[in-house]
Amino acid sequence: MARRADQLGLHSAMADRLIPMLVGAMSFLAVLAIAGVIAAAALAAQWQGDTGAALTVQVPDANAPAASGAGDRKGAVLGVLAATPGVTGPKALSDAELDRLLKPWLGEDAQNLALPVPAVITASWSGAGSIASLRAALDEAAPGTLAETGARWAARVAALTASLKTSAAAILVIVALVASAVIAIATHAGLAQRRETIAIIHGLGALDSDIAGRFALRATLLAGFGAIIGAGLAVPVLLWLARLAAPFAGVLPQTGAPSLPPLLWAVLPAIPIAAALIGWVTTQFTVRGWLRGLA
Amino acid sequence: MVRFEDVWLKYRRAGEASLVRLTGAGSANAAPPDVVSGVSFEIPDGGFRWLIGASGAGKTSVLKLIYLAERPIRGDIDILGTRVGKLDRRELALLRRRIGVVYQDFRLLPHLSAYDNVALPMRLARRPEAQIKADVTELLRWVGLSEKHQSRPYELSGGEQQRIAIARAVIGRPKLLVADEPTGNLDDEQAERLMLLITALNRLGTTVVVATHNLGLVARYPAPHLEIAGGRLVADG
Repeated sequence: MARRADQLGLHSAMADRLIPMLVGAMSFLAVLAIAGVIAAAALAAQWQGDTGAALTVQVPDANAPAASGAGDRKGAVLGVLAATPGVTGPKALSDAELDRLLKPWLGEDAQNLALPVPAVITASWSGAGSIASLRAALDEAAPGTLAETGARWAARVAALTASLKTSAAAILVIVALVASAVIAIATHAGLAQRRETIAIIHGLGALDSDIAGRFALRATLLAGFGAIIGAGLAVPVLLWLARLAAPFAGVLPQTGAPSLPPLLWAVLPAIPIAAALIGWVTTQFTVRGWLRGLA
Repeated sequence: MVRFEDVWLKYRRAGEASLVRLTGAGSANAAPPDVVSGVSFEIPDGGFRWLIGASGAGKTSVLKLIYLAERPIRGDIDILGTRVGKLDRRELALLRRRIGVVYQDFRLLPHLSAYDNVALPMRLARRPEAQIKADVTELLRWVGLSEKHQSRPYELSGGEQQRIAIARAVIGRPKLLVADEPTGNLDDEQAERLMLLITALNRLGTTVVVATHNLGLVARYPAPHLEIAGGRLVADG
């Protein structure tokens, strides 16, 4: 079978370094692009989940009597929040928690500065109802109360993520086209080098699929091998980037071992498979097109 | 059976067209000329034909049409009972397997041994290795080169290479054998030996067409001939 496999002398005709090197480089870039998208999507999901669901309510003059005359303003606002569908877990920050929040701006003695610090209530907002109607209800219970959700920021993060995904898709398409072009050039060079041999075999009754298949097998192996090397080399780089990004993403404690998202590990084997497929398809088209020049 | 009906051929590929221009057959701006013009003939099954004519007369072009290396721009060709014009590329390739071709320059694959060169058509046809071994061994014995089965073509003399080419041409038991100036690179003794092999195949029922400009060879092996001049058939019989 070994004899059958190399009747065209492909081991010398097809450049055995050019394809693995360039396809490896393309695979390296492809892995980085995919990792970037996965990381961006994960971060975006996390940010959108945290930010989009956060409801922050500020109640000025929190201890003043409520508009209804029953209890103080903070209590009235808590009552409205508790009764509003889509709002869960309303919780007024304690003085100590407020101090901790304000300390970066106001120093250690924020409570002693006689500044009118509003009460701050946090809650989760599912977005089921209208924030405008909630604001109206709060303003009625305690005029001047402010309510903010993270929806606007969540929308911006979503737009940024979509842009990153589009950019990564463009990079992947360009990488695939470059890999395909490299393989086509190498195949043309191999065909030119073995022109006489192919003409003889063609004359002996070789099918186009026989000849194209032999070239395609070689190109598939070279491209797949190059992609394995390229994707493999990308792993330590990604682990290093994951370690750098860990404090922002909460992926791991800074003292722990670096890790990659499971989705990326699942995608990695697809890179050599995709490269091999590109090699096979490109070579088949290239060789069959070239053979049409023969009768 | 081989049948040509008003067959015309014009080379369209740049390399071949420029070759024609170099020979003075056309100007740089003119369309490439017809290299085969209105040729019609018929060779019955098991027949033998010399294809004769001066160098450049169009013998090789007619042979290329017979062994399906070229397709006519006009006219109909029947090879072994098959109308060539209606075949797709796969069917053409399968029909080529039923045609043995011997070239003047042998056209052996230099990186393969004599054994592997002879085995090539059977391997392309995906025959079992056991059958390949038996047939190749028998054919190498028939052409007297059993001892040199592992030799590369460059290690063989011209006559030995031509015998390997013959063995490769007939290993698939072709119904049609086409030879283009097969004795052109051989001395008289080797040429006689080659012709004995070819005529033996013809006696076994293979249709044979041999192109040559060696009229002495034609005289020693009398048979009907097709004469080509200027791309036209000028004699048949």
